Amino acid sequence: MQLIVGLDQIGDDDGGRVGGKAVALAALQRTGHPVPRSFCLTTDAYDLFVEKGSLRAIIHQELGRKSFDDMRWEEIWDVALRIRNRFLRTPVPVEIVEAVEARLGQDLRDTALAVRSSAPGEDSAGASFAGLHESFVGVRGGAAVIEAIRGVWASLWSDRALLYRRELGIDVDTSSMAVVIQELIDGEVSGIVFGVHPTDPELAVVESVYGLNQGLVDGTIEPDRWTLDVATGRIISHTPPGERRRLVVRDSQTTVEDVPPDTANSPPLDAEGLAEVFEAVRAAGALFGAPQDVEWTMADGRLVLLQSRPVTTSTAVEGDKRAWYLSLTRSLDNLRGLRERVERELLPAMDREAAEIALRDLTALDAEQLADEIEHRRAAHDRWVDIYWRDFIPLAHGIRLFGQFYNEVMRPEDPYEFMELLVATPMLSVRRNRALSRIASKVRGDSELCAGLAAGEPGSAEFKRELEEFEHEFGDAVYADQQCFGDRARLVRLVLALAAAPETAEAASASDREQRTADFIEHVEEDRRDLAREVLDIGRASYQIRDDDNIHLARLEALVLDAVEDGRHRLRDRHEDDHLEIDLEGLVQALRHPNLVVEPKPAQAPPAVEEGFRAKPRQLIGQPAGPGVATAPARVIDDVADLFEFQAGEVLVCDAVDPNMTFVVPMASAVVERRGGMLIHGAIIAREYGLPCVTGVPDVTALIATGDRIAVDGYLGIVTVL
Amino acid sequence: MSKDRSHMEVLRELLESQMLVVLGTHHDGEPYTSLVGFAATEDLKHLLFATGKATRKRANLVADARASMLVDNRTNCAADFTEASAATAVGVVEEVSEAERSEFDRIFLAKHPHLESFVHSPSCVRLRLGVSVYMVVTHFQHVIELHID
Repeated sequence: MQLIVGLDQIGDDDGGRVGGKAVALAALQRTGHPVPRSFCLTTDAYDLFVEKGSLRAIIHQELGRKSFDDMRWEEIWDVALRIRNRFLRTPVPVEIVEAVEARLGQDLRDTALAVRSSAPGEDSAGASFAGLHESFVGVRGGAAVIEAIRGVWASLWSDRALLYRRELGIDVDTSSMAVVIQELIDGEVSGIVFGVHPTDPELAVVESVYGLNQGLVDGTIEPDRWTLDVATGRIISHTPPGERRRLVVRDSQTTVEDVPPDTANSPPLDAEGLAEVFEAVRAAGALFGAPQDVEWTMADGRLVLLQSRPVTTSTAVEGDKRAWYLSLTRSLDNLRGLRERVERELLPAMDREAAEIALRDLTALDAEQLADEIEHRRAAHDRWVDIYWRDFIPLAHGIRLFGQFYNEVMRPEDPYEFMELLVATPMLSVRRNRALSRIASKVRGDSELCAGLAAGEPGSAEFKRELEEFEHEFGDAVYADQQCFGDRARLVRLVLALAAAPETAEAASASDREQRTADFIEHVEEDRRDLAREVLDIGRASYQIRDDDNIHLARLEALVLDAVEDGRHRLRDRHEDDHLEIDLEGLVQALRHPNLVVEPKPAQAPPAVEEGFRAKPRQLIGQPAGPGVATAPARVIDDVADLFEFQAGEVLVCDAVDPNMTFVVPMASAVVERRGGMLIHGAIIAREYGLPCVTGVPDVTALIATGDRIAVDGYLGIVTVL
Repeated sequence: MSKDRSHMEVLRELLESQMLVVLGTHHDGEPYTSLVGFAATEDLKHLLFATGKATRKRANLVADARASMLVDNRTNCAADFTEASAATAVGVVEEVSEAERSEFDRIFLAKHPHLESFVHSPSCVRLRLGVSVYMVVTHFQHVIELHID
């Protein structure tokens, strides 16, 4: 077992124990290219760590909870989070700590370092997956290096790596990870050069930024970009960024700052610098026998090569959304800007558009105009759905960013403990539930009003005014393409059900949250406390927007459904009953062409049942998403009508909890859903009310029926049918 | 729908691939388990096995014909906790009649040809578990019951 090797001890055939990055650096150094002072912690160290910590069994357990093909990206995030937490809590064997300390003592003790992944097979020709594993820059001192090494090891099982598990050939029993520890060159200018353009063999590409190139690699900093003639190095094009910013190390922390004004108007490389970088990538290509993608930096005017790997062409396949999933991982700086945009621009703009649409009087439109209006509303809704995916969903990464920060500081046994610092934010869904609870409370205390409402009377003027205020403030909710409160009688029925149920309180309290927050901040090193507060603040904003955005979006969807419902009424008035089952496109056509016969779309056949056998679930495994246990009858929610059948104390069982339907949650004893993950709405709302919650149970709405008595174990993520 | 294999597929594969099951019997409340070679009928409704007439399991079954069988595909490694599958069959054991012996031999000996002399021995008895329910376990704790109508 050799835990540490120097670059001068690494040969071309050592990829299996030091990884592709270390082999390439060693080859560059051997052939006279300047590289940073570096050494490599071999895969023997990773193997020793996971062996002593029994981590392989843990990884097997995490990856085997359900079929990987059934996991959504949010569940893959969770798996990676749990594995990472185990890595953080597992002691690093003393022999590794001593070996690293001893090697640092030779010539790197008081130097800022970069700690980089070097996974065997990661950078082999045809399988280069840049950025799937983690690197840390600006690391200083033995203890910090050991923590960074842990982070690199854990990133073998990062969500990004797991998405590409097949291409990477990830195997729990055989996969391993080496780590390159190198001097951090505090370059004035850095970048990446591609020996050949990934999609145009006639061109080479140079990207360059001021400062460290970590900002370029993780997408935080937009680079200057040149294309060069691959044969001559002649400059073909230059694209400057919108704004030149740089990543620098200040007090052992990397930070983004503006480039000083005297250089901000000049590109980081001049023609001579470009030629030098281009020559380096040509030489690397000749050395390795294939065009290379080289990361480099320039310090004191001297070019240093940080790593080299083969250029791979884009292999994006239609329908492969993994590149989008990868784009969800955002830096703090990126999230800061995104939050500003979502809170200040997008959400208000969406509300304004909904308010403008709501002003249009449908009754004043003829059939043709109504068809136009339906299409207009649908187009507005679709446009906002696209924005939702592009901007709102990535913002949810703020929750995870905080979780990672918290877990690194606190090393909690429960990897979701950080959620306790995010709860009790004023989410729209919770505010809506409070408003409903206030109305229900009045009904509960007024037996005459309660009896009258139950008998179908409209209620007192004050009661009606309160309902109107509620509708005005929160708008309609939409679930499964159906309006929830479109019919006032339904809202009254819900209020009566809430009034009949015992009064419930939100479990999450602001004072608990603040106590935990204070405890967390106290654990953070003093010079990082402002950063901790900011990451927490972004986490809370992400947590709230994650839930609220669906409610904002539903207001628009309700307006589409309003117009659709109006259209259906008109067709009903024309006695064209056949049209009532047709979809939106068919409805628009029928409104435009009164004599057109539109065929309803055929319903899908239910899945076949095994002959001679009757399947009955006994114990279903999902993911623990809210601690606690509860035993009660299930209420399976297939459509809006089921929500209004909900009885106090039942377990809410559904395909996917949507913030638009969480008004029944205060009556529920537990929440179970098919969709999985800790960031999903079911898990969020269950935490607000302190309910046991299990998510990610495959086929749960098909396996469990309303009325089945079930036990929900929110600690272990198990649902038992009794 | 889940992209996981169906529990019926998991069950069939277990019953076809495994040679041995753990048979659970009891006598006056004393539990007892034993490993036996087995084969499943094509419709999976019966599990066939054979034992010596003088064995403890045979005596237990004569006293109370209710029994269970556990079949699994573990390989004694860490991955078993999540990757191994298991099925417990519960039902009632009965002796195979004279008329059904040739059908029993056809199925059972096709899987265990080396047990021919054992099965044909006058001291051996052919038995079958009439299964009322299978409990199929995947992913360590995911349990689906397959009741036979």
